[in-house]
Amino acid sequence: MATSEIPAVRRRDGVAVIDLTGDVNRGAEESLDAAWARATRDRPDAVVLNFEGAGYINSTGIALIVGLLARARATGLDIRAYGLSPHYREIFEITRLADFLAINPDEESAVRGAEGNTNA
Amino acid sequence: MTGLIRTFRRGLRRASAEERRGPATPPPAAGDEAAPIDIAPNDPLLALLQSASGAVDIEALELDSPALVELKAAGVKLAVPLVSQGELIGVLNLGPRLSEQEYSSDDRKLLDNLAAQAAPALRIGQLVREQQAEAATRQRFEQELEVAKLIQQNFLPKQLPELNGWQVAAYYRPAREVGGDFYDVIPLPEGKVGFVIGDVTDKGVPAALVMAATRSVLRASAQRLVEPGEVLERVNEHLCPDMPEKMFVTCLYGVLDPESGHFRFANAGHDLPYVKTAEGSEELRARGMPLGLMPGMRYEESETVLQPGESLLLHSDGVVEAHDPNGDMFGFPRLKQAVADYPGGGELIDRVLVDVQAHLGPGAEQEDDITMVTLQRSPGAAHMRNGAVPDALLAEFDVESAEGNERVAIARVTDAVASLNISDDRLERLKTAVGEATMNAMEHGSQYRADRPVSIRVLAGGGNVRIQITDLGGAPPEREREIPDLEAKLAGLQRPRGWGLLLIENMVDEMRETSAAGRHTLELALRLEGDDDGDE
Repeated sequence: MATSEIPAVRRRDGVAVIDLTGDVNRGAEESLDAAWARATRDRPDAVVLNFEGAGYINSTGIALIVGLLARARATGLDIRAYGLSPHYREIFEITRLADFLAINPDEESAVRGAEGNTNA
Repeated sequence: MTGLIRTFRRGLRRASAEERRGPATPPPAAGDEAAPIDIAPNDPLLALLQSASGAVDIEALELDSPALVELKAAGVKLAVPLVSQGELIGVLNLGPRLSEQEYSSDDRKLLDNLAAQAAPALRIGQLVREQQAEAATRQRFEQELEVAKLIQQNFLPKQLPELNGWQVAAYYRPAREVGGDFYDVIPLPEGKVGFVIGDVTDKGVPAALVMAATRSVLRASAQRLVEPGEVLERVNEHLCPDMPEKMFVTCLYGVLDPESGHFRFANAGHDLPYVKTAEGSEELRARGMPLGLMPGMRYEESETVLQPGESLLLHSDGVVEAHDPNGDMFGFPRLKQAVADYPGGGELIDRVLVDVQAHLGPGAEQEDDITMVTLQRSPGAAHMRNGAVPDALLAEFDVESAEGNERVAIARVTDAVASLNISDDRLERLKTAVGEATMNAMEHGSQYRADRPVSIRVLAGGGNVRIQITDLGGAPPEREREIPDLEAKLAGLQRPRGWGLLLIENMVDEMRETSAAGRHTLELALRLEGDDDGDE
């Protein structure tokens, strides 16, 4: 499980991008929390979760993302995702995560979508 | 004083028997000890002697009595009845006095006294002899039973086969008088297994010997011939010439293919087997005459496919013909219903035995041998209803219950199914389902204990792949399952976790849970080619 590393957090056009790496499971909890804290410290317009480098995501990983989503909603923060494989995209649909965070095909559209939302 | 003593058994049963054999008593030579003289039960002399108060003067008697004629011819002058406890147990017969004088009243008194003393002593002697004879008869009978039991038990299987995906159970309990029940399990080529149940008419050693002969011929024929009907034909041909009169053998012989669940059988007049199905129970029929009655018989064959979870019961008539105190039989309908109502396998046997004992009544002795054999197919994927395609076991392994080890399970299952050419999309689904199911088993079933590994079996057949994931947690506690709801989770009304089962259900085509004997199994089934292939 290469999940203990804290995912990189980038700023792009006022949006925080979290580059997830490795497995998203119970072992990723602390590093994901740390990344979230870093991403939201400067009050970004939105947070984008980049799943391009993520590996195996299990139900515990889904629960972690639910936790992030709950925190984002509590502070009125928009949260988006991109880079999901068709398989995990289906899982996001089954769990209805897809109803609460926009799933974009790439980083560009994810960042833009976030910008668009802020402007509206 | 010459004399002869004739004793006869209480109730005169022997006298009656000897009467049928006819007189065989030559007149005695003077001075010799004479042969005994029988008195028939309906002879008036018997009544006279029974009621006489002392010695009876034979010469002076006038009776229409064959025994009296014999006594007179034998030169008997005086008959002294020997009476014990009011019952005539013998007669002391005296010839003429050596002095050729008549018996005096003193002689008669002396004889009466002698008779009074001798009768009880004679009675004791008789009783001792009767008891000795009875004991000897009983001992011979017990020895014979013991021999019959030894023969029977020696020819019953010492152990039952362990068949992958099957539970085989058998029960045999002889009645006190050891009937002719038997069963056998015969390993056959190509992994098939022959099952035999039979019943020889008669009891004891003769039945046991015929049973042993039948078993041997059947075993030999089963190796040479494939079709169960042909096997019974051959056995019948062998048995007919040497079968003792009025004896025959009912016998059912079936061949199970454990891979496919096919059971093909022929029946020589034996009680018909029952199959437990999801809908209830069915009687399987095949006709044929019992073995050993007449040569040239043909045996109808019948076959069924035992589906996963179904079981078959072979039984002997000791079950259905068990009588209650009113003489009512246990009966076929009740046994058929028991097969429908009860679980299969060994538990079915146990519960039928309880019912039969309850039917017999408390303390009642079993009348006939009771034999039952069950073949139960392990619950498997219900979608393989035709059962025609055998399942191949692709992998079987244990995973230590430790956090993160679901990845081990996923990797090994992925390897195991590599040859099946599952599309990437479906493989991803399978991997997620296996991962979630293994996590649940390790966490909830095995509490992440190293000594409670999770066992995984990968099977393929019928266009499906099936993964059986078993933990040692037994049946999970009955509680209402919480359907995960994202909105409720986001609102803090549900815990964030609890997605596992929802994911599994959505990833595979079928999910089944079974619990037995402290083990809990989740079986996942995925069609190798889905309707949704290419849409994903």
